[in-house]
Amino acid sequence: MGAVGESFAKLPIEAKPPLRRFHQARWDEPIIFELSSPGRRGIGVPEAGVPAVELPAAVRRQAPPALPEMSQLHVLRHYVRLSQETLGVDVNIAVGQGTCTMKYSPKVNDRFVSDTRIAELHPAQPEDSVQGVLEIYWRMERMLAEISGLHRVSLQPNSGSAAIYTNIAMIRAYHASRGEGEQRDQVITTMFSHPSNAACAKLAGYEVITLMPDADGHPDIEALRAAVGPRTAALMITNPEDTGIYNPRIAEFVELVHGVGGLACYDQANANGILGITRAAEAGFDLCHFNLHKTFSTPHMCGGPAAGASGVAEKLVPFLPGPTVEFDGERYFLDADRPQSIGKVRPYLGVTQNVVRAYAWIMALGAEGLRQVAETAVLNNNYLQHKILQIRGASAPWGRRRLEQVRYSWEELYEETGVHSEDIGVRAADFGVHYWTSHHPYLVPEPFTLEPTESYSKEDLDEYAAILAHVAEEARTDPEFVKGAPYNQTVHKIDPTCLDDPEQWAPTWRAYVRKHLS
Amino acid sequence: MTHPYIPNAEPAVRAEMLAAIGVESVEDFYADIPAALRLNRPLDLPAPITSEHELVRHMGALLGRNTDTTEVLSFLGGGCYPHHVPAVCDEVNTRGEFLTAYAGEPYEDHGRFQAIFEYVSMMAELLEMDVVNVPTYDGFQASGTALRMAARYTGRSTVLVTAAIGADKLSKLHDFLAPDIEIAMIPVTETGEAAAFTVDDSVAAVYLEYPNAYGVVETRMAEIAELAHAQGALLVVSADPIALGVLAPPATLGADIVCGDIQSLGMHQSYGGGHAGYIATRDEPRLVAEFPSRLFGIAPTAVPGEYGFGDVFYDRTSFALREEGKEWVGTAASLWGITAGVYLALMGPEGMRELGETVLARTRYAMDELGAVPGVRVLHPEGVHFREFAVEVADADALLTALRAHGIFAGVRLDAGTLLVCVTERHSKDDIDTLVRAVREVQG
Repeated sequence: MGAVGESFAKLPIEAKPPLRRFHQARWDEPIIFELSSPGRRGIGVPEAGVPAVELPAAVRRQAPPALPEMSQLHVLRHYVRLSQETLGVDVNIAVGQGTCTMKYSPKVNDRFVSDTRIAELHPAQPEDSVQGVLEIYWRMERMLAEISGLHRVSLQPNSGSAAIYTNIAMIRAYHASRGEGEQRDQVITTMFSHPSNAACAKLAGYEVITLMPDADGHPDIEALRAAVGPRTAALMITNPEDTGIYNPRIAEFVELVHGVGGLACYDQANANGILGITRAAEAGFDLCHFNLHKTFSTPHMCGGPAAGASGVAEKLVPFLPGPTVEFDGERYFLDADRPQSIGKVRPYLGVTQNVVRAYAWIMALGAEGLRQVAETAVLNNNYLQHKILQIRGASAPWGRRRLEQVRYSWEELYEETGVHSEDIGVRAADFGVHYWTSHHPYLVPEPFTLEPTESYSKEDLDEYAAILAHVAEEARTDPEFVKGAPYNQTVHKIDPTCLDDPEQWAPTWRAYVRKHLS
Repeated sequence: MTHPYIPNAEPAVRAEMLAAIGVESVEDFYADIPAALRLNRPLDLPAPITSEHELVRHMGALLGRNTDTTEVLSFLGGGCYPHHVPAVCDEVNTRGEFLTAYAGEPYEDHGRFQAIFEYVSMMAELLEMDVVNVPTYDGFQASGTALRMAARYTGRSTVLVTAAIGADKLSKLHDFLAPDIEIAMIPVTETGEAAAFTVDDSVAAVYLEYPNAYGVVETRMAEIAELAHAQGALLVVSADPIALGVLAPPATLGADIVCGDIQSLGMHQSYGGGHAGYIATRDEPRLVAEFPSRLFGIAPTAVPGEYGFGDVFYDRTSFALREEGKEWVGTAASLWGITAGVYLALMGPEGMRELGETVLARTRYAMDELGAVPGVRVLHPEGVHFREFAVEVADADALLTALRAHGIFAGVRLDAGTLLVCVTERHSKDDIDTLVRAVREVQG
């Protein structure tokens, strides 16, 4: 079809084929050091215009750093090519990164943060010169307090995981203030909560107890009953969990922990499906966190900067990171006089760009819009589930209702074909979509986790499901072909073995040159 | 109206999808949420601004209440710095593919992997160290993690930290190291550098800043490294990479772990939102094992001539091992790493050197000129300063307020009688002269 010498097709143009003919950009782009040519420059810098300073030998750099030397166009072109070899939300149906809530980040919000009245604000400016940004922080805090039902919110944490850490630091400070710091040395979490819940608690000095799912896929309440006691500092739990299953007994979990004097901390990374429907406060939680880059649409930026929000009940307010943003009815100001505060969790007030973007996003939606976000995310998820479960070899363990995402399994397909979930994902990329398996450990065999959010249309979901159906069929007819993927990508199959071998690994070009080229 | 961000909120599509699934309404999906946990009222939020035009107006009104540092003459630094951001940095980091990508896989996100690998590689050249992490949140976090890495590496639990560290950063270290690592302070001398101190075998790390919180460059680092190493401790140095075009890389002076913030390398100030942290070590497996953050490395593909990428030594991370991993890893600050890479590629070795020389010279000029104003005393005048210096005045608040009336943000208040003044390549000789004249006038 379309080969040289054949006649052209006729008008009207035929309908598109059912699966998109995609090919990722392939520029065969060298590593930037290979583009260097001595003497070239990408940008000029101002000359001093005042007498030079001679550095003492003890601190003078002896040889210039071996950075690339390139003209400006060539730096730009290199990076534009690399950007084209990257599959952002703006170019793909980004439903394949479950637990990460990929959604549309409105372009207009990016413009607010490139405005010099955000981009060129210094965080130590006088308060009267930053009333606008302080008002955004203050209003954003009020809105998230309403969305969670909790009393106050800190927008300081750098990300969801940083907010988890901030919350555990406040839990630690709270128990210490009551003289129970030594006694309460255990934190309880669940296997389907984000790994950072366990990791942050451990870092904060706690022994971690992990509840496994029961036969229904809920965290085992009997295991919780057995775990709680005078040593319990807190429960750190996600609901719905990363399986998409909502635990209907969540209030009982909270009560059990409260009953022994522990605190209950809600990881709301999966809040997208329950906005305006149920809140941390209704279930009795003392703390919660949101990821502004998940639920509130700020872009993921290749893995950050993100932004987190930590919400607390009234009794935990004294421990919030300082300073807090306050309003006296006329002016906004910073309050750093917080003697029980855990202190700083980052420089300054927060990832301001993302606070501004998230604020604009909530303002564009309002209460009704947030409810539509939640309901549509859940509808999209259930619709996609309906489509995925029609694919032979795919299943969703625990036949429970799901909210905004599902952890699926290719166990049957694997048993039939020997093709792993990871192979499916690589092959799916050949059709221009991203797909992720799951966090380790793989409690669900051959897992994959899809989270369609509210941003995608029915046609998007149909297309995504059709791609997976096609790849599953390929796995049956030609498993080696699927395992040999990718074919339409920038690069071909990677051999990862060297990445775990200290003799071979090359975490920088410098290490690569030393180990492999000299 | 179907909201522009939510295509499937359109009623006919919704009905079609519900019919396909075979349920009556979306409410059916929520059956697991008990009635007692329902919010049976709409959220109490401001009315939505669904038109983009009105949203722009609303945001414009809020932003209009800010005065930014391009409208005044600002000498504010203290951790967040007004270096020039090349237009190409903004061009690259606002590309939709990078801006909206997540932590994808090495295949469909090949460009992201390569761009981050190149960032760590250019940092490695600047630092003369072989291992650099994918950015962590900020310089505070990088220092906290670097000290924890040193404690895990040595199995010891005391760290000696320079007193020439910002109060906020020290606050973060106290919180982050609290459960099991004790912080002892190294005093600062009249020169602004670390005073003499002793190290014993309980010490995991000696920690310096380069330049430090007063803008002073530690000149005895090699000696301090020997002191630390003689007792089996590591030297951890937080260095601002913007200075390393002219300053010796800490690794060449004996530092074992180098860390810091990359905001200076192409990020706007953004009211403190432009931070990202780096951590670097030599390529020693036992030290590499202590990184909590991701490390990207080169791997071969099935086709000759192709660079593939992947995670180096993934089984250190909490992604792989939950609480048995090192600290935690999650979404951090990758795009700022890519941006810093663009910055370093634009600057090249000569640009970094020239920029360093300009900043060194103008800092010294500003110190000398301000120091000549009656009522102003420059602290640590004999020290080598990069970009910042502290001055003592009778009343810091009064001076700041008076200069504000001249359209000048004169510096960061360290205490009632001390200001930290920051000078970068963005401050011309005229700008400095304007500051000095204004100080003379209001002090006079």
